[in-house]
Amino acid sequence: MNAETTATVPEPAAGGDVLLRVENLVKYFPVQSSAFFRRDREYVHAVDGVSLEVRQGQTLGLVGETGCGKSTLARCILRLYNITSGRITFDGRDISKLSARQMRPLRREMQMIFQDPYGSLNPRRRVGSIIGDPFAIHKTATGQERKRKVQEVMELVGLNPEHFNRFPAEFSGGQRQRIGVARALAFRPKLIVCDEPVSALDVSIQAQIINLLADLQSELGLTYLFIAHDLSVVRHVSNKVAVMYLGQVTELAPVDDLWAHPRHPYTDALLSAVPVPDPDKAGQRERIILAGDVPSPISPPSGCRFHPRCPKAAPTCVEKDPVLEPRLGDAADHLAACHFPVEDGEDISKSRPTISADERVIESGLLGSA
Amino acid sequence: MALLEVDDLHVSFRTSDGIVQAVRGVSFHVDAGQTLGIVGESGSGKSVSTQTIMGLTRGARISGQAMFEGRDLLTLGQGEMRKIRGAEIGMIFQDPLSSLHPYYKVGWQIVEMIRQHDHDMSKAQAKARAVELLNLVGIPQADRRVDDYPHQFSGGMRQRAMIAMAMSLNPKLLIADEPTTALDVTVQAQVLAVIKTLQEEFGTAVILITHDLGVVADVADNVQVMYAGAVMEKADLRTTFFAHHHPYTEGLLQSLPAYGGERERLRPIHGQPPSLINLPPGCPFAPRCAYVMDRCRTEVPPLATVGTDATHLSACWLPHDMAARNELRLKVVGEPLPAQAEA
Repeated sequence: MNAETTATVPEPAAGGDVLLRVENLVKYFPVQSSAFFRRDREYVHAVDGVSLEVRQGQTLGLVGETGCGKSTLARCILRLYNITSGRITFDGRDISKLSARQMRPLRREMQMIFQDPYGSLNPRRRVGSIIGDPFAIHKTATGQERKRKVQEVMELVGLNPEHFNRFPAEFSGGQRQRIGVARALAFRPKLIVCDEPVSALDVSIQAQIINLLADLQSELGLTYLFIAHDLSVVRHVSNKVAVMYLGQVTELAPVDDLWAHPRHPYTDALLSAVPVPDPDKAGQRERIILAGDVPSPISPPSGCRFHPRCPKAAPTCVEKDPVLEPRLGDAADHLAACHFPVEDGEDISKSRPTISADERVIESGLLGSA
Repeated sequence: MALLEVDDLHVSFRTSDGIVQAVRGVSFHVDAGQTLGIVGESGSGKSVSTQTIMGLTRGARISGQAMFEGRDLLTLGQGEMRKIRGAEIGMIFQDPLSSLHPYYKVGWQIVEMIRQHDHDMSKAQAKARAVELLNLVGIPQADRRVDDYPHQFSGGMRQRAMIAMAMSLNPKLLIADEPTTALDVTVQAQVLAVIKTLQEEFGTAVILITHDLGVVADVADNVQVMYAGAVMEKADLRTTFFAHHHPYTEGLLQSLPAYGGERERLRPIHGQPPSLINLPPGCPFAPRCAYVMDRCRTEVPPLATVGTDATHLSACWLPHDMAARNELRLKVVGEPLPAQAEA
């Protein structure tokens, strides 16, 4: 790999056609400002220039800490929020400016599975009618036909079709999540956005749902956008992974590549922080503990947004926005937005930033001295 | 002698549906400076048992013994319990937002805690101590942040403030109930590091309740696996991961996605945990167990030692000789224990 190839546009990797393409997506939320006389309004920079694509039949994992904008991004893609700027192309069609009415027929093809299997199901409605909702809303099936279709999906996700008349309270957490999956599957959509689909479930049940999602994908050729904060789950289900920090994608790569050669110091820190269920490895690993917390998305840091917490931060990082592109001779589909990418085998827990202290999070106490 | 010794603890609650047997005969002990990890899924009784020890389960029917430095915590009155809670046994809960009072400044809440137990300390002294503690758990600019309200702290900072509060009177025992579950991995790493460092510095015993086997692998010395209100297996950390005996422990470990290596299909435990109102006769895990035998459905297996190791206990009818157990494992699961696979 040489310098010329790194500058070219990424070649499409193996896999189907691009089902979803997001280009330079921006979503700002205005902040209720108490300063009445202030002229310039403040905005939460929830998603700030994200570009990515998801191929037919594949899974793109989206990881990042709380508040990094991953759920906002998902909701923008489904057009549950109006976007500030940018472009979303779904199945070859630009959907970024469609009205709610224009979006409605497309809703059959893009669905969502939510995190909380308790909050996302109306407790006063029977399961059959919850799963039957899509048919009712789109007026595609009524009466016996709707019931038959609902029972078909229930069977597909491993629920007993005879439980058609039960209430959500009669089901356990894992079964409720199956109800959520069934509802999303009613129209056999092309894209399903899974927003933390297993994080509210117990470990043994989590595995049941992950297997179910994998089976459905291979059976129905589904495409997933899979959001989770549990990195081992994301690694298990995804083909590619996008790492987000403060509204921007910091690294985007095929899953094995990302785990083997994390280029962005944030990715490196994130991966090293995952607790490994193996006592021998847990003791050996050098854990990169990031100082401080994620800065406010209302006034994000200049340049690279990670610089206040980055162990490798240098003056360039404060001044210049890093571009998301292949670094250190990586393949064209491994992109990282960092001026000083992590080399293979480099231990950044020993690195010290070369910028002055007042530009960084002030460290103190045990963590600072550790 | 152990710092805390719990013996045959039973806790049940009367509800409109019947009596919920939340904890059914649980015994464990913690030594000074040691960390006991209690692992289990929702409804396994892991939180109820420690909350009962602290006298926080009102309206429950309780029997058993919990000896803490020669006193039985289960028989102490409210007043005596209040002196122990906080001062000698600290607690950290899962949700740091609801455990801090939103109306009072974080520093004030720590000061109040200190002065409640140490009447000689002046307000100024207590506040200085609060700053020192916040500093210790890594809150930046602690002297300024001490006057912040909880909503001005991030999730990780709130949890660290909770740890600071729990540690403020140098308790001998710290009970951490899912302390990192609501936090991001990077923050989780920070919080676990703080607990570890404090433990090294003050020799505090820690009971860590979690469902995350990764967290256990990181900090625990001994592990107790609970299911349906009872202890299934108890062993030191390495035995739990590499030479476990109970099929439930095996099932839990197998259902995790592998961190490295090949991405195989996950192997979940089938079915659901039983209702604690109508427990099956026999072993509570029998309906989900891959090894189930006729005996399991009728007789409850006692918690008995495995092989020659006196500290390794398992409540299972499978042969307690590890060689025979492994042979069975090869037959049923089709692969050896992880430790043997590596060897």
